[in-house]
Amino acid sequence: MSEFNITTAKYIQDMDGNKTAIETTIDGVVWGVPIAPSNTHYQAIQEWVAEGNTIEDAD
Amino acid sequence: MTKAAELAKMGEVLTNSQIGGRRNIAYNGAMQISQRSTSETGLGATTGYHTVDRFVLNMGNTAGRLTMSQESITDLSGFAKAVKLDCTTADTSIASNERLIFVQRFEGQDLQQIKKGTSDAEKVTVSFYVKGNANATYTLELADEDNSRFVAQEFSVTSSWTRVVKTFVADTTGKFDNDNAHSMSLNIWLHAGSDFTGGTFTSNTVHTTANQRVGDNQTSFYDSTDRTFFITGVQLEVGSVATPFEHRSFGEELALCQRYFYREVDDDGAMFSWVGFSDSSTSAYLQHPHPVEMRAEPSMTTTGTAGDYSIRKGANTLGCSNVPSLSSSTKRVGHVQWRVSSGMTTGQAIIGKHDGADKFLDWSAEL
Repeated sequence: MSEFNITTAKYIQDMDGNKTAIETTIDGVVWGVPIAPSNTHYQAIQEWVAEGNTIEDAD
Repeated sequence: MTKAAELAKMGEVLTNSQIGGRRNIAYNGAMQISQRSTSETGLGATTGYHTVDRFVLNMGNTAGRLTMSQESITDLSGFAKAVKLDCTTADTSIASNERLIFVQRFEGQDLQQIKKGTSDAEKVTVSFYVKGNANATYTLELADEDNSRFVAQEFSVTSSWTRVVKTFVADTTGKFDNDNAHSMSLNIWLHAGSDFTGGTFTSNTVHTTANQRVGDNQTSFYDSTDRTFFITGVQLEVGSVATPFEHRSFGEELALCQRYFYREVDDDGAMFSWVGFSDSSTSAYLQHPHPVEMRAEPSMTTTGTAGDYSIRKGANTLGCSNVPSLSSSTKRVGHVQWRVSSGMTTGQAIIGKHDGADKFLDWSAEL
């Protein structure tokens, strides 16, 4: 089980419209998380998705 | 120690190349660096990094609570800082999955000299100074996170500073991955339920069984609100000898810690620190160069509200309409979107600042 309590996740787009990061709430703190396999928060988001959760599309 | 024994130890130290280079694999062992905070209260519900850099409290499933602080100390020669854990809410009804572990996590690429998982595997020695409010027994463990293998020894705490020295057997099974991911944890178990204590503990023997990880004589840190635990001088080194603690300069240790986490603070509240350009009348992308190359592309979080941030374009300063948000990051630089309600022109040079010494942006590439 992940040590992070994730409650929200939403994609962020860069100026060219590419999905480059995820805005997520972890243990009540809002983080900008890059889409990067070595990033611990990103790994936790992937586990959260594997549990059946969904990352919202960017605005 | 006899002269012969002294010479034998010296020979072993030389053989293990423990002289003439960095010996201490641990980070921030003297507890000098605390970028996040010097004191946090009410901890116990969730795992996290709270005060001194590189030391995480792995905890959960307990009603016990504690205060973690970086303390200035004068009663241990050669050390000016220590971590103090102070139990503020006791928990004497211990559920099976409860835990409180004082942890440092290591990248596999920093552990290759241990030669774990090979016929040449080395012994490893861990040393640190501890004291508490009273006598206690806790468990020191090295956890191989790549292969789920564990080895541990109990140690004693008294009300006076004592240097704990524990040498761990060489493990010829299970290599550490040679990469930037989490391969080993140095765990100091301070509280544990039967999921970790239920089996028969065998000191300094590598095993793979979860309920044999914690010693049979383990004290619960949460047994009383009188309970305290002080620690400093943490050293992890190759070989069977604990050499004197390797002190590093503040600047060197800070840079080592910033590979994993750093806080951008604006000490005088007036400096424009980041540069970039506007891509519309309301949006600009600014570069935030990291002080050192980070372990991985870091995450970013902010403090305060939109009113704590502003941008400058030409001669005009504009207050932000949102707190800055991460656009993307690499190991060397973050790209952050700054927004205002109106007033910029596409392609303008923009610089940004936050106001007040208590405002910051945090960048984390922790394990």
